[in-house]
Amino acid sequence: MSQQLIDIVEGAYLKTETPEIHIGDTVDVKCRILEGEKERIQIFNGTLIARKGRGINSTITVRRTIGREGVERIFMIHSPNVVDIVVRRRGKVRRAKLYFLRHRVGKARKLRELRLHKKAATATELTGTVA
Amino acid sequence: MTLALLGTKIGMTRVLGERGEATPVTVVKVGPCVVLQVKNRETDGYDALQLGFVDAKPHRSTMPQIGHAAKARTGPKRYIREVRLDGPSSVKRGDVLTVERFLEDEITYVDVTGTTKGKGFAGVMKRHGFGGLCASHGVERKHRSAGSIGGHADTGTGRGVKKGKPMAGHMGTNRRTVSSLRLIKVIPEQGLMVIQGSVPGANGSLLMVKKAKKKG
Repeated sequence: MSQQLIDIVEGAYLKTETPEIHIGDTVDVKCRILEGEKERIQIFNGTLIARKGRGINSTITVRRTIGREGVERIFMIHSPNVVDIVVRRRGKVRRAKLYFLRHRVGKARKLRELRLHKKAATATELTGTVA
Repeated sequence: MTLALLGTKIGMTRVLGERGEATPVTVVKVGPCVVLQVKNRETDGYDALQLGFVDAKPHRSTMPQIGHAAKARTGPKRYIREVRLDGPSSVKRGDVLTVERFLEDEITYVDVTGTTKGKGFAGVMKRHGFGGLCASHGVERKHRSAGSIGGHADTGTGRGVKKGKPMAGHMGTNRRTVSSLRLIKVIPEQGLMVIQGSVPGANGSLLMVKKAKKKG
C-alpha cells in the first residue's frame, strides 16, 4: 500500500514515454544545458553500459572515450534536462552491466552489432526517436 | 485556528524541478481525523480538539473507548491525540478533518512531530557526537570511548562527576518536532502531503502535522 502511494507522488514527475534502450546500445543523449539565461542542447554520444534504479531514480550510464580518456556520464532518465535519447547502434551483449569495457583498450572496446532481421523493424527502431 | 492533523509517514522519494534539480521529500498520509471531543475554557479550562485517527477493531477496544467514540458518531480509534487551540473554534464533535484544510488555508510551511527511531543503548560518539580517542598512538580497545569524565578533587563547584555529564545510554524513541518544512504538494484524493526533507520516525509511524509556527 505505501509503495503505491509513493508511486502516485512520483508519477507526476515521470516522463510518459521513455525510449526503448538496451544495454550495449550506442546512444546519443540530448542534454539541456542552461548557461545563464541561455539554453542549449548538448549531445553526449557513447555506449550504454549500465541501467540502475527504478521509477524516478532510474539512471543510465553512458561511456565513451574522448582522446585517450574514458568518460562516463550518468543521466537520470526522467530528468527534464535529458531531452531525448536516440539509439544509434544496437550492441549484442550477454550481460546487464558492461563494466568490463573499462579495462578494454582500442579495438577491443567494440561491441558486436545486433542485427535485427525484421525488415520493417530495423529502419524505425534504429533511427526512431522515442521521447 | 492552529491547524494540526494526525498522519502516517509513508516514506521518502524525490521530486524533480523544471531545471532538473532533485528535491528530497517525505510522503505523509494525513487524515481523515475525526473530532472526538471539543474542549473549551468553561468546562475544561482550555480550548482543544481531541482527534481520532485510524479505525480500531471494536472487538479489540474497551467499552469506554467505543462509548467515547460513539458520542462523535464514529467507531473506536487507534490513535487519540489532543490539539490545543488559541480560542473557541467552529469545529464540532464528529467533524471529519482532512488534508484539504491545509489547501484551504494555503499553508506553505509545516511543523512535523513524531517519535524518532530507536537506537538502543548508544555510545557517546553516536549519542553526543564525541570525537572518540585516537585510532593509533598506542590506544588499545578504547577508540570509541568518552575519555575522562572528571577529577576527584573538590574544585569549589562540587566534586565528583557533574550532573548531566553526557554519557552512553539509551538513544532514540524521543518525541521530536522538525519545524518549518516546506509543503511541496497536497494530493487530496489520497490524503497525501509531500513535505520537503525528512521527518522523525520509521515508515508507518504516527506523525502530527501542524501549520508552521515560525514561517509562512
